[in-house]
Amino acid sequence: MRSRLTALTAATALTAFALPALANTIYVSNEKGNTITIIDSETLEVTGTIDAGARPRGITISPDGSELYVCASDDDTVNVFDTKTLKRKHTLPSGPDPELFILHPSGNPLYIANEDDNIVTVVDVKTRRVLAEIPVGVEPEGMGISPDGKIVVNTSETTNMAHFINTETFEIEQNVLVDQRPRYAHFTADGSRLYVSSEIGGTVAVIDPKAGEITKKIEFAVPGILPEALQPVGIKVTKDGKKVFVALGPANRVALINGETLEVEKYLLVGQRVWQLAFSPDQKFLYTTNGNSNDISVIDVEKEKVIKSIPVGEQPWGVVVSPN
Amino acid sequence: MWRALIPLAIAFLWPLAPVFAAELSVKVGVLKVEHEVQLPLSRLDLPPDDLGFAGAQLGIDDNNTTGRFLSHTYEMTTVSALPEDAEAALDKMIADGVQAVVLMARADEILALADHVAERDVILFNAQAEDDYLRTDECRANLLHMASSRAMKADGLAQFLVWKKWRKWFLIKGSHPVDEAWASALRRSAKRFGAKIVEERVYEDTGGSRRTDTGHVQVQKQMPVFTQRAKKHDVVIAADEAEVFGGHLPYHTWDARPVAGSAGLRPVGWHPGNEAWGATQYQRRFEKIAKRTVRTLDFQVWLALRVIGEGVTRTNSADPQTIKAYALGDEFELGIFKGTKVTFRRWNNQIRSPVLLAHDRMIVSVSPQREFLHKTSQLDTLGYDEPESNCKLNQ
Repeated sequence: MRSRLTALTAATALTAFALPALANTIYVSNEKGNTITIIDSETLEVTGTIDAGARPRGITISPDGSELYVCASDDDTVNVFDTKTLKRKHTLPSGPDPELFILHPSGNPLYIANEDDNIVTVVDVKTRRVLAEIPVGVEPEGMGISPDGKIVVNTSETTNMAHFINTETFEIEQNVLVDQRPRYAHFTADGSRLYVSSEIGGTVAVIDPKAGEITKKIEFAVPGILPEALQPVGIKVTKDGKKVFVALGPANRVALINGETLEVEKYLLVGQRVWQLAFSPDQKFLYTTNGNSNDISVIDVEKEKVIKSIPVGEQPWGVVVSPN
Repeated sequence: MWRALIPLAIAFLWPLAPVFAAELSVKVGVLKVEHEVQLPLSRLDLPPDDLGFAGAQLGIDDNNTTGRFLSHTYEMTTVSALPEDAEAALDKMIADGVQAVVLMARADEILALADHVAERDVILFNAQAEDDYLRTDECRANLLHMASSRAMKADGLAQFLVWKKWRKWFLIKGSHPVDEAWASALRRSAKRFGAKIVEERVYEDTGGSRRTDTGHVQVQKQMPVFTQRAKKHDVVIAADEAEVFGGHLPYHTWDARPVAGSAGLRPVGWHPGNEAWGATQYQRRFEKIAKRTVRTLDFQVWLALRVIGEGVTRTNSADPQTIKAYALGDEFELGIFKGTKVTFRRWNNQIRSPVLLAHDRMIVSVSPQREFLHKTSQLDTLGYDEPESNCKLNQ
């Protein structure tokens, strides 16, 4: 990593608006390829590929950027990589078939959805021990955490609820029924709002987390695309809450929603079966994983345009960007 | 060590979940009408004793997992009855207070049971019978169909074969009435999607046992001879619901052609090889309780339980008419691990459902194929559409 710095500095010098002097690293989990593709955010070039374990899906990184966590679904474990050496340090007990997880804003613990057992597993990433197993609805999948770290939200795909879990007591405080097959839950940076995508229902529920009520359901429509193909999955919101990006799966588009009016403003054409999204730390760029075209798309957040696609491994699933 | 946490967690967290509604108890009956089991051609297809009931158990478990967040509980009564005892069994379930009954029975039996309880406050679910006349002529207001009909399955297969440009079909049908029913659905699909049946032959069932030691020796000589000198065809289609010969067709045809229909590439409601759209989790949940893989009948019984569960969850009511009205209404949608939400055809109470096309081990494709469009729902390219049906329910 460090050895690349000189080359990166040269690259940033060429970019007029480059305020952050350092490039970041984009990590993409390739579900079929069993690998992680590593991309330099400045040059947008693939710099390496590492083995990730069997069927890597959910991927996240520690707040200090030192540890990369990857759900190896078919190995029934979470692999932890050292981002400096790119070597696997150890594994975390995840329970069977981990798919998605979320890290506490402090960097510990990790909350993992275990689809087979209808539980959320809470793992201490330092001691590598299971702190709790919380029974939730059928097929837990999406995981979101409030910015203050007090509430973890899990979505259950067959029960069709967002379960609000108190991170101190591990108790479920409230449940909100949403549309079919909720896949992803995401809080705004101020914690005032929660977005939950329903893949089969084709909607995004806008939830007031305090009241536990849906204030609006966002629907999608693209001319020439079958309504059944508009399947919202990954969600990301800019820090100011003004731009909400939603990946629409087999519709091959990312919807851009105005965070104030909650109206869809445009649809950005990306690669095929787009599932997960990640911002660069400065939120100038958004990266999308396109599972069926084996690439990621790069979206310029300010210009609201897709500026590049980068071939990665087979069936990219998740994406995360290093904070430093 | 940490495994010990599970029971504790369950014990302590349940009562603390907030209560949204008054407690609601839902009683569901599952009634199977027993017939003498016809042996399948392959011993791998022998029906398990808990066929269908295992799907019901998973449905009840799924509903209760959801229900505990809403103070809804689901109970199930299961009964296997001989045909002559079926009405009495259904009467007893209703007397015991069930709101819904899932039926595993033949079409005529289901119709008789639906008429028998037409005036009672209960809804019935057909989880098994694929006969199209239940969807086109003999529809019943108190009966919802979970099984895909023969026409739906045949259309699903035809769309794929036409997409492959395998338009010339050599149809071989068995000599039983169910074979003719399946053959007639396939003929209709061929016409509908532009395929042509270039030749049709009947394979007579001459009786005798299904399986014999080294029976394959004769089969290897008989099937090529039976299929020789057929008109030029792309694919051999077997219509063999009675399971007499279809399983023997692949690799034994005179011409080197793929086989579809009752053998080879089969249109099915469910397949244990399905891993897409979260199906893996569904399969694993089932396998954990049943110690075997999911069969189509299990899936269709589970589906009925999920329709009931979804109705109760969304309406906060266990009233059969409320559940039915919700299921048939605009708000209803259900994810069933086939890639798209499913809803009901209001004119005949048939659930819309994709058809899986599979060979022994793998999913080959899922119909409807994208290229076949429809003005209301692409799923309505499968089976008899509203203008073709004489049923006018819920208008």
